[in-house]
Amino acid sequence: MDVLILSRLQFAVSTFFHFLFVPLTLGLSILVAYMEWKYVKTGDELYLRMTRFWGRLFVVNFAIGVVTGITLEFQFGTNWSRYSEYVGDIFGSLLAIEATVAFFLESTFLAIWIFGWKRISKKLHAWCITLVAIASTMSAFWILAANAWMQHPVGYVIRNGRAELTDFLAVITQKNAIMAFLHTVSASYILAGFFVMGVSAYHLLRKQNEPLFTRSFRIALVFALAFSFFEVAQGHLNGNMIAERQPAKMAACDAHWETMSNAPLYLFAIPDEKNERNSVELLPIPGLFSFLAFNSTSAVVKGLKDFPRDERPPVLLTFISFRSMVGLGFLFILLTATGWLLRKKLMQYPLYLKIMLFAIPLPYIAIELGWMVAEVGRQPWIVYGLMKTSDAVSPIAKSQVLTSFIGFLVLYSILGITNLFLLIKLIRRGPEATQLSDQTEEAAV
Amino acid sequence: METVWFIIWGFLWGVYFLLDGFDFGAGILMPFIAREETDRRKIFNSIGPFWDGNEVWLITAGGVTFAAFPGAYATMFSTLYSPLMLILFALIIRGAGLAMRGETENPSVRRWWDRSFVIGSFVAALLFGVAFANIFSGILFDGDGVFHGSLLTLLNPYGLLGGLLFLIFFLMHGAIWLAFKTENQLHDRASLLSGWFWVILTALSVIFLILTVFATDLYANYLNNPLLFAIPALMVTGLVFSGIFIRQKAWKKAWFASSLYIFSSTLFGVIGMYPSLLPSSIDPAFSRTIHNSASSPLTLKIMLVVVLIFIPLVIVYQAWAYRIFRGKVSGDISGYHEGV
Repeated sequence: MDVLILSRLQFAVSTFFHFLFVPLTLGLSILVAYMEWKYVKTGDELYLRMTRFWGRLFVVNFAIGVVTGITLEFQFGTNWSRYSEYVGDIFGSLLAIEATVAFFLESTFLAIWIFGWKRISKKLHAWCITLVAIASTMSAFWILAANAWMQHPVGYVIRNGRAELTDFLAVITQKNAIMAFLHTVSASYILAGFFVMGVSAYHLLRKQNEPLFTRSFRIALVFALAFSFFEVAQGHLNGNMIAERQPAKMAACDAHWETMSNAPLYLFAIPDEKNERNSVELLPIPGLFSFLAFNSTSAVVKGLKDFPRDERPPVLLTFISFRSMVGLGFLFILLTATGWLLRKKLMQYPLYLKIMLFAIPLPYIAIELGWMVAEVGRQPWIVYGLMKTSDAVSPIAKSQVLTSFIGFLVLYSILGITNLFLLIKLIRRGPEATQLSDQTEEAAV
Repeated sequence: METVWFIIWGFLWGVYFLLDGFDFGAGILMPFIAREETDRRKIFNSIGPFWDGNEVWLITAGGVTFAAFPGAYATMFSTLYSPLMLILFALIIRGAGLAMRGETENPSVRRWWDRSFVIGSFVAALLFGVAFANIFSGILFDGDGVFHGSLLTLLNPYGLLGGLLFLIFFLMHGAIWLAFKTENQLHDRASLLSGWFWVILTALSVIFLILTVFATDLYANYLNNPLLFAIPALMVTGLVFSGIFIRQKAWKKAWFASSLYIFSSTLFGVIGMYPSLLPSSIDPAFSRTIHNSASSPLTLKIMLVVVLIFIPLVIVYQAWAYRIFRGKVSGDISGYHEGV
């Protein structure tokens, strides 16, 4: 293991861990804002109890998201100093805008929301969580625009030995940025929907707080259903874009070795990278891969063999991640569509509720796999076609990176486990404990 | 344009230290002045609504370093790898402690969150001081941005003195904040300590400024341009008035005075380095300056528009947040549990 591998592992661990918390923040902030506005408009106490129960989980989740987020911005400097210097003119500004425009808004108004129940009017209070939702969405846009630039650099020129910005609008309005934003945000909404449905299912199975959790379940169901359909349709367009702009990634997604027209998709395949083939290929659907890439079953799709070996991403990892992500995407449609049919009589279908409870982790897995496809599939490039990952790493000592990497592993394991237990505890306790002023409760900060 | 960004850069670090400084200080003080659970709750409640918003100033200062001076950002953060990672870990355990301590009923678990909050505050405050003192005196890196020292070379006497200075800065600032926000015994202890910290801080500042003559070139800019002595004048004003207001028990004013002191001290160091953002102690020719590390004029222009619109806006709504949570805090339940 050298500095490069360790730095990559460290970045992977810290981003993947951070991204366990971000999507729930993105989706749940909208759901909680919706619940609170319903309360403000109708005065129905049930909506208030919902707001407070889901809001509490939101806050706990958000806290870990925040503390694990700071390290990411700084790691570009600590571990990827060559990259930072080469592209900071563009990439750095997007990160700085994210902080200035979104993070301040998000953290300040969330604090007012958490601590201000008694200090500001109901309407203003609902506005606070709305601003949090808007701010986190904006933050997602800026960071995804930055990532999109790594996938498909535009609006720049190589000058003074580095990439310099020439067209800011091109950077933030390019197709990759819009697509990545739509794809990630919808995935986050699906995740939040499944989270709310799963937790609600837990209580409905125990016949606790039926009105509150039935209503929560239905709100989340509509949300997740709509975005599950949207995600698959939009994902197809995403595939078209990748086929056109990152053909090596597309080929790796399907372990497609030979350039051919009418390229099939094998329902089951095992890639063998060493021998540049798939050791097993079963159940081909003729032309489907050509269709996925270029909307035509007869289209020619370039195979991995036509890329130099040192410009191919790791095939097995990209392939498995892509497959599983897509499979899960279709499963989400199936589960939410079933939910739609059963929505009026949920209590009569404990099996469905049980499935939804155990489905909570699935969108988490799907969304991390999605990042795996995006980032591993981009390799060996850190900025596609412009800079290789191996040229981007800092001139630092291996011992430093090893130490910090172990530090991250230990710290994040402890945080992850304690946070999981805390969420489970709060979920089990249900809405009673989080509502209304109760002097015997513990202080929260 | 680069000079404007240099000033914004110093401004952001100054604001960050004056804001996160008081919650660092309150955290370090906790084990010494909070004897009962209600005291500890008061301390948490006094910083609960603010610490996260304060920390965003760090993210922004870091982000602006990246956006406006990517060359300096790259060299600074990679040469200071070990202390920076320790700061980040400290900020993580501190934030986790702040967020989690209220979520547990088990006193021994809560002790652990308290410890992580206290240790995190201490380590971050100390290492920020060590890092900045080293930046002022120059860091052992070559023309290729490669660091030729180790964590130990950063822990040199001047660096450690910088760390100590930052600790006392934040301890006084935190003590004043707690005296301002609390009542009874906790208030009494905090106000007593703030007076002592003022004495120590004054002595330490003098020693530090004298050693700065030998360890750094910070004074050169001031001697070349005497108008700049306005900044040390602000430092003296801040320090003297924080002493006066502590004596008068005018806590709000004392807090503003000590904020001025922290802010102008940061600016003093930063302006002293101009045009460097990160001097090299191997050869000044290797230093990362506004000339060899700045972004393109277009990026600087776009970022300037963003910053000029949004930073004033941030200041307005953060000030509003401070207003909402004005007044003394209680040791009761608070926060999410305050109810409706």
